[in-house]
Formats: sequence, C-alpha cells, structure tokens
Amino acid sequence: MLGVLLILSSAIFFPGITAKVKARLGGRKMPHLFQPLFDVVRQFKKRTIYSPVTSIIFKMAPIIYFASVLVAIMLIPLGEQKGLISFDGDFVFFAYILALGRFMMIIGAMDTGSGFEGMGANREAFYALLVEPAFFILMGSMALFTGFPSFSDLYSNMHINTNLSYITGIAAIYVLMYTAMVENSRLPVDDPKTHLELTMIHEVMILDNSGFDLSLMYIASWLKFAVFGALISNFLIYTSWSIYIQIIVFYLIQFVFAVVVGMLESFRARNKMDKNPQWILMLSAISIVIFLTTLIITQKIILN
Amino acid sequence: MDILTCKILILLTLVVFVIPKNYHYLWGLMLHIGLITISSIWAIQSLFFSDLTLSKAFMPLMGHALFLEIDKLSAYFILVVNFTALTGIIYAKSYLEPYFKVKTKSEMALHFFSFLWLHISMLLVLMFRDALAFLIAWELMALSSFVLVIFESDKKETIKIGIQYLIQMHIGFVFILFAFLWAHTQAGAVFSFDGLFSYFETHNPLGLFVLFFVGFGIKAGFIPFHSWLPHAHPAAPSHVSGVMSGVMIKMGIFGILRVLTYIHHDFFYIGLLILSVSMISGILGVSMAIVQHDFKKLLAYHSIENIGIIGIGIGLGVIGMAVHIPVLTVLGFAGALLHVLNHSLFKSLLFYTAGSVYQQTKTRNIEKLGGLIKKMPVTALFFLLGSLAICGLPPFNGFISEFLIYSGIFKSLQPGGLFTDIILLFSFIGLVLIGGLAVFCFTKVFSIIFLGTPRSEKVSEAVEVDASMIMPDYMIGFMIVAIGILPSIFIYPLSMVVSQFSNDIILINQMIPILNKVGVISGIFIGLIGLLWILRAWQQRKHDVSQSATWGCAYTGADPALHQYTATSYAGNFIQLSNKIVNVNKDAIEFQESEIFPQEKAFETHSSDIFEDHLILKPVQKMLKWFERFAVFQTGRIQHYLLYALVFLIVIFVLTLLNWI
Repeated sequence: MLGVLLILSSAIFFPGITAKVKARLGGRKMPHLFQPLFDVVRQFKKRTIYSPVTSIIFKMAPIIYFASVLVAIMLIPLGEQKGLISFDGDFVFFAYILALGRFMMIIGAMDTGSGFEGMGANREAFYALLVEPAFFILMGSMALFTGFPSFSDLYSNMHINTNLSYITGIAAIYVLMYTAMVENSRLPVDDPKTHLELTMIHEVMILDNSGFDLSLMYIASWLKFAVFGALISNFLIYTSWSIYIQIIVFYLIQFVFAVVVGMLESFRARNKMDKNPQWILMLSAISIVIFLTTLIITQKIILN
Repeated sequence: MDILTCKILILLTLVVFVIPKNYHYLWGLMLHIGLITISSIWAIQSLFFSDLTLSKAFMPLMGHALFLEIDKLSAYFILVVNFTALTGIIYAKSYLEPYFKVKTKSEMALHFFSFLWLHISMLLVLMFRDALAFLIAWELMALSSFVLVIFESDKKETIKIGIQYLIQMHIGFVFILFAFLWAHTQAGAVFSFDGLFSYFETHNPLGLFVLFFVGFGIKAGFIPFHSWLPHAHPAAPSHVSGVMSGVMIKMGIFGILRVLTYIHHDFFYIGLLILSVSMISGILGVSMAIVQHDFKKLLAYHSIENIGIIGIGIGLGVIGMAVHIPVLTVLGFAGALLHVLNHSLFKSLLFYTAGSVYQQTKTRNIEKLGGLIKKMPVTALFFLLGSLAICGLPPFNGFISEFLIYSGIFKSLQPGGLFTDIILLFSFIGLVLIGGLAVFCFTKVFSIIFLGTPRSEKVSEAVEVDASMIMPDYMIGFMIVAIGILPSIFIYPLSMVVSQFSNDIILINQMIPILNKVGVISGIFIGLIGLLWILRAWQQRKHDVSQSATWGCAYTGADPALHQYTATSYAGNFIQLSNKIVNVNKDAIEFQESEIFPQEKAFETHSSDIFEDHLILKPVQKMLKWFERFAVFQTGRIQHYLLYALVFLIVIFVLTLLNWI
C-alpha cells in the first residue's frame, strides 16, 4: 500500500520538476512546479470532442490505458514492503498489463482514421515490441540471481556485495531508465516538443483526444515515469534501512530521475527515425550482457 | 450400450445423402450432438472419476478386438474437440445459407457428411491405440478435411490448394506409417502405440521420435512443414477453418504428446529439437502473418505461431525431464496443454468472426475494408476479444497459458545449469518477441478491418450477421473470459493430464493461489475500468460532448478513406527490419525519363513464403525440368514406340542370358 501511495505522490511532482529543469537549461523562465497539474485540472473542466469517424473503441482506449497503468502500480514493491498484490511472476503480469494498455491506445489512435495517428500508432507498436525483451531479460537475470520470480522477492534478495553485482546494477539502472524513455516515447526515440506530426510518436496518437480522455493520458504518462523510477529506486534502497530513510531515499531517487530526464531532454538530440530500432535493440543487448554477468556471479560460468 | 449407440450414430451419417436438402443441417446437428454427448461422457468419466484408462471393445479388426481407449490425455483432447465442433456446426447454419441456393443437394450432403466424419475421425484418432486403426482414422481425417477444403470447388484455385493439402497430408502419413513399422520390425513389438514402449526401452528414442515428429508436425503445421496451412485455411469455409485450425492441427500435437508418454530416457535432444523447431515456428509464423493482406491467411499464419507456443511449452517440459527440474516439466506441459484449449477457443472465434466479415463484404483483402465496427458492432467486439486473447494479454485466457510457461521458466533459472539457463533465456526472449509481434499484428488487422473510414464500397452493404452466427461467439467468449478470470478451476483437470508426464503434480497445485491472485487483480482492473467509465460519464454530463472531424492539418476536402494508414504502411517498418524472412516484393511501374505526361502507374506488394519457395516449389520445378528431358522419347510416332518395346525385350533377353536377373 505504501508503495502505491509513494508512486502516486511522486508522480505529481515528476512532470513539474522535469519541466523546470528543461526551462532552466534552455534559458527560459521556469514554470510553476505544479503547472502540468494545473493544465490537467483545466482539461478536466473542458468539454470532450469526438470525431464522427470514431467508435466505442476510441472511448474505451484512454480508460483502459489508464486503468492498466494503475494496476501496474499496485504490483510495485518498496524495499521490504510488498506491492498491493504480489505473486510469483508478477512482473510478467506487469509487462503484459502495460501491453494491454498500449494495445488499446494503438487501436484508439487508429480509430480516428487519421494518417498521422496511424503513423504514431504504428511506431508505438513497433518500438514497444523491440523494447519488451530488454525488460524481460533484466527480470530474468534477477530471477536467476535470487531464485525468486516475484518483484518483491527479487528486490529484497538482491543485495550481495560483489564487484560484479555493482556493475550489473548500474547497467540495469541504465536499461530501466531508457526503457522508461521508450515506453513514454521521450528522447532519444521521440521528442514530445516537436511540432511536426510526421515525426511524432506518442503526441500524434493523442491528437484527437480531448477533455477527460486527454487528461487521463497525461496523468498515465507521469505515472509510468514514476513506476519506472520506483523500479530503479528499488535497486538502490537497502531493506536494512529504517522505513523513514527508505521513503526519503525513494523520493530523492525519483527527484534525481526527474532531473536526469529533464537534462537528457535538454542536451540530447532525437535519433533519426530509422535508426531507432537499432538503438532500442541495444538495450536488449545490454540486458543480455547483464544476464551473462549474472551467470558468472552465480558461478554457472566459471572464469579462471 | 454406448458403443452400440456410437456405431448407430456413425451409420446414420449416411442418411444425410437421402434426406431432402432442408433437413441436412438439422440431421448433421443432431448427429454431432449425439457424438458430443457420448464422447464427452466418456471423457469426463476418464478425466475426473477414474484413474485407469477407460477401455471399450469397439469392433474386431484383422482377427483381434479393437478397443477404444480413453486415458486422461485423450479425454482432455476429446473435450477440446467437442466444444469446437459444437460451435462450428452452430455457426455453419447461417454461414452456409447462401450456398444452399447455389449448391446441389448432393454437394451439400457431402459437405455435412464430411464435417461429421471430420469430427468422428478426430475422436477416433484420440481413442485408437492400435496402429492400423489409428492410421485409418488419421487417413479418414485427412480425406474428410480435404473434401471440406474444396467446398467452393467452382474456383480452380481451391481444387489446386485441396490437392496440395492432400499430398502433404500423405507425406506426413508415410512418415507416421514408417515410424510404426520401424518400431514394429526393430523391437518385434505389437503394431500399436503400446508397442512403442518396448522399442523405446531398448533403443535410443531420438531417431524414431524424429520420424513421428515430422509426420505429426506436418499436421500440426510446424515450420518448415507448414506450407499447406496458409493455403488450406483461407480456401475452406469459415466454420471448417475454425475447426481445422482450432482442433484438427492439434491432433498433430496430440500425436507428439502420445509418443512422448512412451519415452522414458534420453530426453534432452528430443526436448531441444521440439523447442528449437517451435521457436522458429512461433517467431517466423507471426512475422509472416504481419505482412499478409488476406485476413484468413493471416489467421492461418497465427495458427503456426500458436503451435509454436504450444511446442515451446512441450519442449521445455521435456527438457525439464532431462535435466531433472520438475517445476519446468509440470508448468511447461500444463502451459502447453492449456494453450491447446485456449488456441482452439480464440482461433475458432477469430475464424468465425472473420467468416462473418467475409460473408458480408465478399472480400478477404483487408485493404478493401475499414470502419466495419459501425456496421457489425458485435462481430467487431468479438474479434477484438479474440485478438486480445491471442496476444496473450490479461485478463483473458491466452495470458494464463503463457503465464504458466513463463512461471516454469523463471522458477527454473536458478536450479538450472549453464546450458539449461541459456536455453531458458532463448525461450523467454522468444515468447516475449512472439507476444510483441502478435500485438503488432493484431492492432494492425483489427484497426484496418474494423476502424476508421471504409476503404471501398464493399463495406457499405455489410450488416450485422444472424443471431445463429453470433451465438457461438458468445459461447467461446464466455470460456475465454472464464479462463482468464477464474483460471484456478481449470487447473484441476490440467493437473490430471500432466500427471501422465510427471509425478510432481503438487507443483501445479502450488500455482492455484498465484492464479487466484491473477484473477483478483484482473477483477480489480475491470472494476477500475468501470469506475473510470462512470467518472467520465459524470464529467461529461457537466461539460458537454460535441463532435468535430478528425484532425487532418486543416485539409478538409480530401477523401478521408484515402488519408488513412493502410495495412501495407503499418507493416512497413517491420518489413524493413525483417525482409529476409518475410520476403516482400514490390511490383511497380516506374517513371520513365522521357515521360513528360505521366501514364497511369500501378504499385503492389506481395509476400511469398520462403520455406514454401525453397523446400517445395523450387525442388519441384527442378524435378519437373529434369523429367522434361525424358520428353524426347515421346515423339508421337508409333514406329519409335515399337522400337522402345523391342529394345526393352532385347535388354531383358541379354540380362537373362547373362544370368543377371
């Protein structure tokens, strides 16, 4: 329960911090910390516009997408605190429920009958398919390392201090961070600030959403960031610490993550669209290296 | 008593040829229900109420009694077959209605007769242990499905496909026959499945298993033995495709599982063989599905993919036996067996809904469709349900079977050795890729067929289909959701079947609390969706809803149908990455330099199956070319032919003279 509350609360700050960092580095006046929140509140007060081409799918999509992210949050543990629901193989459920949300998003975008949205939907489907193995290989390595196939057991049995495990830890954080960027369609695969429909992914999929639906989409993307932030922070939180320290460290890591995302988005250029597949596959390659390293740590590969 | 009824039912199938056309369907339905009732009673008896194999004397064959033997493995498959046969025959009523007007009485009678016999032969395949009887039933299955495939025989293409199907089935038949004979002659055992036991006890099982695997694999549609499948499924009427893809190809899986029950040592390479072939089938099957434009062909390729997933489960199960990790064995087999049921559900659902679309629009080309959800809302939603389930997404049934396999993999990573771990790594990467590709494919096919603006006038005449074509959708849909949300009630029968392969059934019962939690969280998920829906309704009552055209960069005059993404463009970036496999070729008329006023241009893409090209078409062409050389002898002059006869006689004479023959 605690994990869910922490993720929800940190998600409120996340977009504000990122926006502030980006404005600061771009030399602009910084927006209010809660500006993204104000925008969403305004969206809630607006009417919804539907295209006559759309059907019930378009109305279902944002809701199922949002619900899928909420359910995913319930599975995330914090230190020794289990997620709201925890079972063996919950990370498989985690990945698949997010995939369900994505499925609905994609067909929701296709429902508008717009060429732009088709393009975005197609890219979303394609990149998601490429990034998915990375997450599974990472989880597989952890299951191999700890012998436990559930989120909370994975994390609470992770901390054995060998030099190699630090290296894999860093690599894992790298992979998780960029997985979050791909999942949320941010730099370097997609630039949410671009102003041309042809080059967008996520933003172009929600061109025709408005009002309640649009605000759900925004909140879902913050939540997704916070979820991946929580996954990363679980790597760094020691279960031996007292619960208050754990909470503080959790917020700290979420803060650092938000700042890093802001910095990345300020300094990095977007990949060329047709180079994206290769770049995304690199994440899987790194995960395979992590898996092999784990085989060494667990002494299944014996090095002389 | 029940055997007698069974025999009478089988004989009564002949009556369909003499009764009037109007009663054909009713007669067929009645007999199907009779068969389903009897065989399901046997199956349920065997699965739940007895530990022994149910054995019933059926008839004498070649001087000894032939038994129907139903163990838990057969019982499980019988139930799967019966459910799909039932939905198939219900669906057939309205689907066949247009054909009743154009087809003659005997054609329709033959169709129903073959459909009945497909059902009967599948049941017999599951129950016969005697090799001869099994092979006869196997052959009947091939023949009856052949007749069903060529139902639309007025199209020349259909006949060609049918013959190709028949030939490939017989190649498989030869492999199985040869395997039985080999075991029979080598070990001197009885000519039946039970005879394999003594062969496997004394010999290395790999060689014989490969023979069986090829024979059964052709039926199951493993790559590279699959090339009949993408042709036969689209050619057949939809209720037949549903049954063929849903259950008939599973007979191949059943055969493989049946053979595996007799093997007790040297598992490792067998497991590795099954696993690697299945991985290739899974990944390539779905990749080739993505580039198809014919939606029934696309579904056929998805059958190959799902056979791959089933095979991954079986392969992992066998490897688990080899390396002594019981949890891998139990969960691998359980996942595979559940996926057999699941695939029969969602694939028949998809074929039925696709058939409804075909009936209404008369086209199978998805590029000509679009916006059908407005015309056929129920069909569309059931197609969506099937798509979500086939992608393995929660809270539907496909997720549960994949989840079982994943659980097996992740639980065995730590106990496994280096080699096992690497195998496991590849298998879960394979499963993830298959899942991702399936999502890619079904977002494409669902949105191109049902969403957006109609792409041709074919859509405009479509209306929602009859209630009798929708009823099977509800039946299947109910099962899909039930397995997805209450998976643990299906675990008990599964554990009964898995007990044929492993004694550690306790391991699967440990999955029950986990699956219950999956059910709970799925319930929460559905609750959340409901809650959000109400919330939005409330918000939208306060702040009204209005309509406005889709954003098109402020260009409003253009034809909205032309401005949509097409299936080809949706598959575009995937094709770039994988054209070596999917083999998409473009045919285009290019611009000429001298062309000042451009003429009309054409552009089309088509894909071909590289396995079919290289394994069947090219060798056959080479062979034909080689045979053509003999054509020089065929001069058409009687003098030459007489000369050949003379030469032949002389050769024979000389050879006898030299005592060579």
